[in-house]
Parts: sequence; structure tokens; C-alpha cells
Amino acid sequence: MSRTGIWQFLSFFIYLLVQVVLMKNLVLFNTAFCFIYIAFILFLPIETNILLLMVLGFVMGFLVDIFYDSLGMHASALVLLAFVRNFWLSRITPQGGYDAGEGPTLAANGLQWFLIYAIPLIFIHHFTLFFIEAGGFGLLGYTFSKVFFSTIFTFLTVLLLQYMLPGQRRS
Amino acid sequence: MDRLFYFFYQYRAFFTFLVLELFAAWLIVQNNQYQSTKFFNSSNHLAANIISTTQGVKEYFSLRRINTELAEENAQLRTKLEQRNQSLYNLEVREIKDPKIINRFDFVSAKVISNSVERFKNYITINKGALDGIAPGMAVISVAGAVGKVKSVSDHYAVLISLLNTEEFTSSVIKRTNHFGSINWDGKDPLYSQLNFIPRHADPVVGDTVVTSGFNAVFPAGVLVGIIDEVNLGPEAQFYDLKVKLAQDFSKLAFVEIVRSNLLKEKDSLEQITIGLPK
Repeated sequence: MSRTGIWQFLSFFIYLLVQVVLMKNLVLFNTAFCFIYIAFILFLPIETNILLLMVLGFVMGFLVDIFYDSLGMHASALVLLAFVRNFWLSRITPQGGYDAGEGPTLAANGLQWFLIYAIPLIFIHHFTLFFIEAGGFGLLGYTFSKVFFSTIFTFLTVLLLQYMLPGQRRS
Repeated sequence: MDRLFYFFYQYRAFFTFLVLELFAAWLIVQNNQYQSTKFFNSSNHLAANIISTTQGVKEYFSLRRINTELAEENAQLRTKLEQRNQSLYNLEVREIKDPKIINRFDFVSAKVISNSVERFKNYITINKGALDGIAPGMAVISVAGAVGKVKSVSDHYAVLISLLNTEEFTSSVIKRTNHFGSINWDGKDPLYSQLNFIPRHADPVVGDTVVTSGFNAVFPAGVLVGIIDEVNLGPEAQFYDLKVKLAQDFSKLAFVEIVRSNLLKEKDSLEQITIGLPK
């Protein structure tokens, strides 16, 4: 296993732990949630096989579900995110294409690209998650405000992580 | 046949996606079914251990408040006991002879290790489980009032379905008028819940007390649920829209008591003989 492989293997558990120990207790104004664990799927290398991506997404979602007592919800939302991710990546390929072996990171592709990449994906994940949890479109406005503010919260955390994490940045 | 396999191979991503999503959907539906002894929830050993360590840290910040609350409860219970003794003495009532009636309900105290109020379906994890005699379906109360029901148990932990869960219905009565309805949370404000199915001819007013009815023998009768905060009646509605301020502030839940109803089996089997199996 290469060095990045080991790092990715470890980061799986780090994201999971941070989510269920820290972020589970951090909900702002009863509406803004932070689901940082999706960053694991967001930042896997660009050429990652979509099948592997979905299986990893399912396992990660399933483990988070155990802690949230919401069996299946996070799993289905994250599998959807993993399924859509590679299509979205190929749609927004910058001029000249991606560098080989590069992750879809801020450092590699710039802030503007990163905004376009991350926000829709985070939104899709949160949208699915909250509407599955609400069990339909009964509380449309309220659920939408949860989706909206949580997307902002998660995105800001992901962005912060991009600036902070060592090893992901090209020096 | 080859073409079929080729077709599946070509769209393998989509089919894997479909299979995983269907599996997740099956899990969601399974999990929604009430009362179960399952492994994959926060009552499983490893998950509960991690959660209770986190809670251990968090608890330090609220120790003072919890202490005060417990002391207050103690004083309250002592007063109540003394009053009861006095009135029994005055009335010259002999104690009820049948110990089974006296011990109809047992109370097991437990600590909350995980709790949420922000989601649509909120659950509470506590640190007592099957080894302490807790089983799915038991009622849970706190100092202030009703809290919820036990959903699933492991050996040392249990997951409760909180009153703040859009799928939880609790049979309750308005104490003053004796009309009964059902408490069901609407998923919005964790301080308020809704009381449904109070008929048009009842006249609930703001400030009426809502208590559990005891009809389902899960909750003892008369456990405080909340106080009516808003009364609405649509022009052609059959039932009132009642907003109830919950007695228990769920965001500050620290200790709960599980109610073991010892006569539940007897009552259920009697009803089964006369009414038939519940649907």
C-alpha cells in the first residue's frame, strides 16, 4: 500500500470519529448540522473507481447511522453522493484536464473550481438526507432551511479543512 | 445471454447504485418498525462505549445543575411521602393487601449517554440494558414528566424513542375535562408538542394540564406530559389543534427512570381473550 493509500485508510476512521464524537454534538441554532464525514468521499482521488466509491460510501454511511440510530439514511444519501461524484467531476473538468494522481482539492484546482465542485454535491447529500429523515415533503419550508444552513456549515468546515490539512496540498 | 451480461456489465455502476440504495431503503423501513432487539444501533457495545466517553466529558459542564435538580427531586418526594402518610393516617386507610398491586410499577434509574432534539426522529441512549431487566416497550419518565419508550436493548445499554419523534404517539388525557387524545410531535420546536384528537365538543383552555392516560398500560396513568399553550379550532375541523408545552426540557435531560409495568402481561392477555389480538 502506498503512502497516500495508508493516509486514506486512516482518514476514513478519523472522519468517522470526528463526526460521531464532535460534530454529532455540534448543531447550531437547531438547524445547522455539520456532516464532515462526506469529505472522505469528496476528496478521494479523481480516478477512483465508482464501484469502490459507492461501497466505501455505503460502509461509511452505515457506520455513521449506527451512532445516529438512523439505520440506512446516511448510507443512502452518501451512496447517492458517491454515484454522482464522478459524473460531476467529468462535467467540470478544467481546461487542460486534471493532473494524474491528484485529488479534487482546493490546492490543485483553485477556489472557484472548488466552489463549483463541492457545493452542489454537499447540497445533494443534505437534501436527500433531510428529506428522507422528514419522511416526505410535509414540512417543506422547515426542512429546506435545515438543508440550506447545513450545506453552508458543512461547506465552510470542508473549506477550512482544505486550508489546514497537511499532505493534501502541493507545496 | 452474452448480450444480457454485456448490458449489465456496461451499466454496472448504475446497477450497483441501485442495489445499494435498495438495501439502504430496506434498512430504513426495517428500522422504523417499532420495538426490536437489534445490533446495529447506538446500544451496541462499541458505539455505546464511544458515546458514553463523550458524554462523560460533556457532563462535567452540567454537574452542578444536575445535582441541584436531583436534590430538589429528593425534597419533593420526601414531602409527597410525608403528605401521603399523613392522609392515610387521618383516613385510617389500611394498606392495600395485595403486594402485586402495590408493586405494580418498578422504577429503574438510568443515565442518559446520548440525546438529540434537533432531528425529526430523535432517540435517547441510556446506560441500562437487558441485564437490568429493561425490555422494549417500557415507558420512560423523568423528574419533570414523560420522556418516551424503550425501542431496543443490548446487555448494558438501551435506545429510547423520545417524545420528540414524529412517529411516536402517546395516549394522554386533559386532566380537567378527562378528554383523551394522542401526543405527537410535529418535528419543529423541541419545547412544544401537539395534542391530537381532542373532539370539538371538549373545551380545552390554555393552561390545562395534559397527563398520560394509562390506557396502554405502558405509562402509569397521570404522568405529567405538559401544559396546553395554544388552542386552535378550525371552522370545520373535527378536532382541536392543541399546542402543548412539554414539562421536560429534552435538551437538558440527564437522568431518567424506566417504568417496569409488572402487570402488563396479565392485562394484555386478559384483553386478548376478550377483544382479540391487537392489530
